[in-house]
Amino acid sequence: MSFESVLNQYSWKEVHESILAKTAKDVEYALASAKPDLEDFKALISPAALPYIEQMAQRSADLTRKRFGKTIQLYIPLYLSNICENRCVYCGFNAGNSIKRKILTLDEIMAEVEVIKAMGYEHILLVTGEAPHRSGMDYFREVFKALRPHFAQISLEIQPLEAHEYAELTEMGLHAVYIYQETYNRDNYLNYHHAGRKQDFQWRLETPDRLGQAKVHKIGLGILAGLEDWRTDTFFCALHLNYLEKTYWRTKYSIAFPRLRPHQGSFEPNNPMTDAQLLQLICAYRIFNNEVEISISTRESALYRDNILKLGVTTMSAGSKTEPGGYAVENRELEQFAVNDDRSAAEIEKAIKAQGFEAVWKDWDGFM
Amino acid sequence: MQSLKIADKTFTSRLFTGTGKFGSNQEMEEALLESGSQLVTVALKRVDLNDDNDDIIAHLRHPQFNLLPNTSGVRNAKEAVFAAELAREALGTNWLKLEIHPDPKYLLPDSEETLAATYELAKRGFIVLPYIQADPILCKKLEDAGAAAVMPLGSPIGSNQGLETRRFLEIIIEQSKLPVVVDAGIGTPSHAAQAMEMGASAVLVNTAIAASPNPVQMARAFRLAVEAGRLAFEAKLAPRSSQAHATSPLTGFLSTL
Repeated sequence: MSFESVLNQYSWKEVHESILAKTAKDVEYALASAKPDLEDFKALISPAALPYIEQMAQRSADLTRKRFGKTIQLYIPLYLSNICENRCVYCGFNAGNSIKRKILTLDEIMAEVEVIKAMGYEHILLVTGEAPHRSGMDYFREVFKALRPHFAQISLEIQPLEAHEYAELTEMGLHAVYIYQETYNRDNYLNYHHAGRKQDFQWRLETPDRLGQAKVHKIGLGILAGLEDWRTDTFFCALHLNYLEKTYWRTKYSIAFPRLRPHQGSFEPNNPMTDAQLLQLICAYRIFNNEVEISISTRESALYRDNILKLGVTTMSAGSKTEPGGYAVENRELEQFAVNDDRSAAEIEKAIKAQGFEAVWKDWDGFM
Repeated sequence: MQSLKIADKTFTSRLFTGTGKFGSNQEMEEALLESGSQLVTVALKRVDLNDDNDDIIAHLRHPQFNLLPNTSGVRNAKEAVFAAELAREALGTNWLKLEIHPDPKYLLPDSEETLAATYELAKRGFIVLPYIQADPILCKKLEDAGAAAVMPLGSPIGSNQGLETRRFLEIIIEQSKLPVVVDAGIGTPSHAAQAMEMGASAVLVNTAIAASPNPVQMARAFRLAVEAGRLAFEAKLAPRSSQAHATSPLTGFLSTL
């Protein structure tokens, strides 16, 4: 039993049509409901809900305050390697792109850590491309050993692993794993994934099940907005979240909707998502699920991030570089995508404080 | 009204009933027939398992009644497993309402022993329906243990106090992958309707019917209340309030981007 058997009960086309068929009455019903269900969620992400964006934002802001208080968690990605065997049309690390490739040595990693720690971070998100012979378990074991004394929490955004590998890394200090399906549209999945293990839709889809089985503390889900119809994709992501919460009930969940950013390569979004639609989606998720963490990266602009930070998100990256080694020595030739909000972590903390919120750098300790 | 599936059986009635506390077995039989119930629980301790013509069982021989033997009276997991094996042999059913209450005063269920017994009984092929505290974490652990449904209490058994555990029942219903049967404490048809409106899969009622001066009519009242509550849940309740907001203080920035 995995999420695949749940997904197979649904048709992409029928879900898409039923979202588009939602009316203002359905939206009002969803907004007034104490416990909105998946049908209510469809109404909240439907075109009919856009005129209700203010009510949605107010409800979402209230619910977020109630659960998370006036805080925003900060996180920072540490890109370890841009070597990748996949050919994903939307990604700068695509194996077919002629960019310089680099995998950090332990010494280079420690140089990055010095800069990151100086910013104030106590948690770290490690990012790699998918190249198991270079950045595989042997590499991760070494990196975890080196980083464990320096960070209270270590999280991963890397290729999918086996359950026993996740369990092993959890013993070594792994806290969270972020694994985005990119799109739940199985029929069109290969249009975006032209080579590499990432072509295996099911292997990726069942990764959160393996994470749950391995008892990893937190699982991050998401889609890449811009590939397929975002409404239908985010419905399936909500379905996935619902299934996981019920099945792996000891686990925490977080969710993100990165929008495609300019990157090396020529792919343009098929279904772009507007600023208002992204806010609608964040509010819809919060109203649907009061407990899920919602994160927003530096792919979004400073102005946009400052305006939405009170409205439903809980987590933001700050001061990010998306190239391996970029904190110690900037080298944009290596980057995955161009960041949009390029303020320093200190500047972002100031912006958060200016709105009466607290920036959280640490909410765990290594001894725990 | 949607039917309810538990393990291999499908029920069109969501009112489960008990057989204790009636003035006579004749009265019990009439009331249970009137209730429309298809799952009837019987305390093993009250049945003579060696007598094929046991009077309680004789009055329950109707095709619509499925028997649900319960282990009421046992004090720990070991005794429960022993009682379950006896019941399976004598009554020819592997369905079991698991009740373990070491406390003779309030008859509250022992969570630790119930969880241990569920693991063992599921392994032995029983369809286990444990009677438990309204404890959401315990419910998730019972899923892992192999329970077929969970039966959290609304208030102490036989107390007729209603859904005092309401907030926790709501969490259980939201999180459970198994059918949730609200058991114990349901004292009036409106309590049963409330549980069904909340999304409970079924309710189990005994004292409120048996101890009424008119058990047959009360059984009918419960049948109607359970149906009404379930129909309301399936129709989705109308919202309680709707807010209106004229200004856009939070989202006005969208037009400036």
